[in-house]
Amino acid sequence: MSGEIVFDRVSKRYEGRSGDALHELSLEIPGGAFCVLVGPSGGGKTTALKMVNRLIDFDAGDIRIDGRSVRDLSPVELRRGIGYVIQQVGLFPHMTIGENVGTVPRLLGWDKRRIRQRCEELIELVGLEQGDLRRYPAQLSGGQRQRVGLARALAADPPVLLMDEPFGALDPITRFRLQTELRRLHREVAKTVVFVTHDIDEAISMGDRIAILRQGGVLAQYDTPDAILAHPADDFVAQFIGEDRALRRLALKTLGDVKLEPGSDGERGSRVPPETTLRNAVSLMIETGTPQVIVVDGERELGVFKLEDAGGLL
Amino acid sequence: MRTAAGPIVIPNFGKGNACVTGNHAFCWGWVRQHWGDTLQPALVQHVELTAIAVGIGFTLAFALALVAHRYGRIEHPINIVSALLYTIPSLALFQLLIPFTGLTETTIEIALVSYTLVILFPNVVAGLRSAPEDVLEAARGMGLTRRQILLRVELPLAIPAIVGGLRIAVVSTISIATVAAFLGDYGLGDPIFRALDDPTPFKTEIYSAGALAVALALVCDAGLVLLRRVLAPWAGRRLA
Repeated sequence: MSGEIVFDRVSKRYEGRSGDALHELSLEIPGGAFCVLVGPSGGGKTTALKMVNRLIDFDAGDIRIDGRSVRDLSPVELRRGIGYVIQQVGLFPHMTIGENVGTVPRLLGWDKRRIRQRCEELIELVGLEQGDLRRYPAQLSGGQRQRVGLARALAADPPVLLMDEPFGALDPITRFRLQTELRRLHREVAKTVVFVTHDIDEAISMGDRIAILRQGGVLAQYDTPDAILAHPADDFVAQFIGEDRALRRLALKTLGDVKLEPGSDGERGSRVPPETTLRNAVSLMIETGTPQVIVVDGERELGVFKLEDAGGLL
Repeated sequence: MRTAAGPIVIPNFGKGNACVTGNHAFCWGWVRQHWGDTLQPALVQHVELTAIAVGIGFTLAFALALVAHRYGRIEHPINIVSALLYTIPSLALFQLLIPFTGLTETTIEIALVSYTLVILFPNVVAGLRSAPEDVLEAARGMGLTRRQILLRVELPLAIPAIVGGLRIAVVSTISIATVAAFLGDYGLGDPIFRALDDPTPFKTEIYSAGALAVALALVCDAGLVLLRRVLAPWAGRRLA
C-alpha cells in the first residue's frame, strides 16, 4: 500500500446551490507525497478532502486509492484505513488521551497489549509524555490536543492521512512548531498526506505539491511550490500567491543548497550559518547595507553569497 | 381518605409525658418511641414510592429520548404533552385519575411518573445532543458506525445532563410524594396528614416526618452527585 490517490474528473454540486462546489477535478497524488489543497473559500478544497473518506459523496467521476475506488468499500471500512485530522481536533472529552489514541485500533480489534504499546510509541512520536496518556483532553493545551489528534489519526498506521486546516486554530508560535514537526514526521512515516489550508504561506512551506483551487471548484494549478512560484499558470494564481513570489521562492532554499563563491580575506558582510534561507540572507543584506553575506560553519568560512546571485537562482 | 364512617382516629400522643401532652415544638422522646411503628414504615414507603416513580419515569424518558434523538420530529410533540401534564396540580391530577384507578398506589405512581417524565425527557434529549459537532465529525471520520457513535460517544457525554435531570426528578418526586398520602396511608405524608386531622395538630409528628423527607432528598441528591463523579470523572463541576 503506497497510498497513491487519484481524483478522476470528480464533480459535486450541493443541493439548492447554483454552480458546482467541485468541477471535474482531476489530480494525481503520488504515494508518500505531501499534497496541499489551497485556495479561497468556496474553492471546494474541504469538499475534495472529505470525498476521499466519503464524509461527502461526489456526483460524478471517481476517486481511487492505490487503484481501488473509494466506493468499493463501505464508508466505515474505508474510514478506518484513512487517518483524519480536523481543525477543532474533535478529541472525545470523556476518554483519556490513551483511549482517544487507541480508538481505531480498538475498532479494528487489536489486543490490549498491542494497543498500549502503539499508544506509547505514538505519544513519543508526536512529542508528548507517557504520563499524558492518562490525562483528559480538557487538561491539555490547544497545541497538545492537536498533537493527540495527529497521534490518533496515525494509530492504525494508515497509508493516507487527511488533514483539514489542522493548525488553523493555533497561535502562530505553536502553529510554526507543529508545522515543522509535521514535516519531520512526514519524512519519518512516509504517508500520503492531503492537507487543506487557505494560507498560501503554509501551503508553500508544507507541501511538496500544491493544488490551487479557485471559486467553483476548478483546479487552477497543480505543481511543486517552486514551479508555481516561478511560473504561475494565470493571473488568479499570480495574485493568490502574491506579488512577493520571488522572495517566497528564496524562502524555499537555504544557503547550504546553493553554490557559494570563494571568499577573500577582509570581506565585509554578516556571518551566517548554512541553514539560513536565501530570503533571510537577502533581508540581512538590505538591513546591513552590504550586498553579501559570509556563510560560516562554526569558525570555518564556507564562502560568500552575493545579492546579484540571488536573482540568477530564480 | 378518612371519612366519618372510618375508624375513630385516636390522637397519636403515645405515652403522655409533659412535652407530648403540652404539644411542645419538638419531642425527641416521641420520635424515639414511634420510630418503629410510625416514622420508619412511612420512610420505607416513601423510598418505595420515589424509587418506583423515578425508575419507571426514567426508563420511559430514556426510551422516548432515544427515539426522539433518532427521529427529531417527535421531540416537540412529546415536550408539549409533558409540559401540559406538568401544569396540572398534583392534587387535581390525583382526582382526575381516581375514576380510572381508584384510591390505590397505582394512581399515585401514575401521577409521580408523569412528573418525572416531564423533567427527565428534555434532559436526556439535551444530553444526547450535547456532543460537540467536531467530536461527532471526528467519530464519523474514524469509521465509527452510527450505533457505536451513540453508545461510545453520545451516551457517555450525556451522563452529566442525565444525572442532572435525575437530581431534579428525585428531589421533586420526594416532595410531591408527601401529597400522595391524601389518597391513602402512603409515605411520609401520612403522619403529616394524620397530625393535621387533629384539631390541635401534633407538632412533633409533622416536623419529624417533614425533616425525614428533607433528609431523604438531601441524601439522594448527594448520592447522585457521587454517581456522576464515578460515571463521568472527566466532567468538571461546571458541566453538572
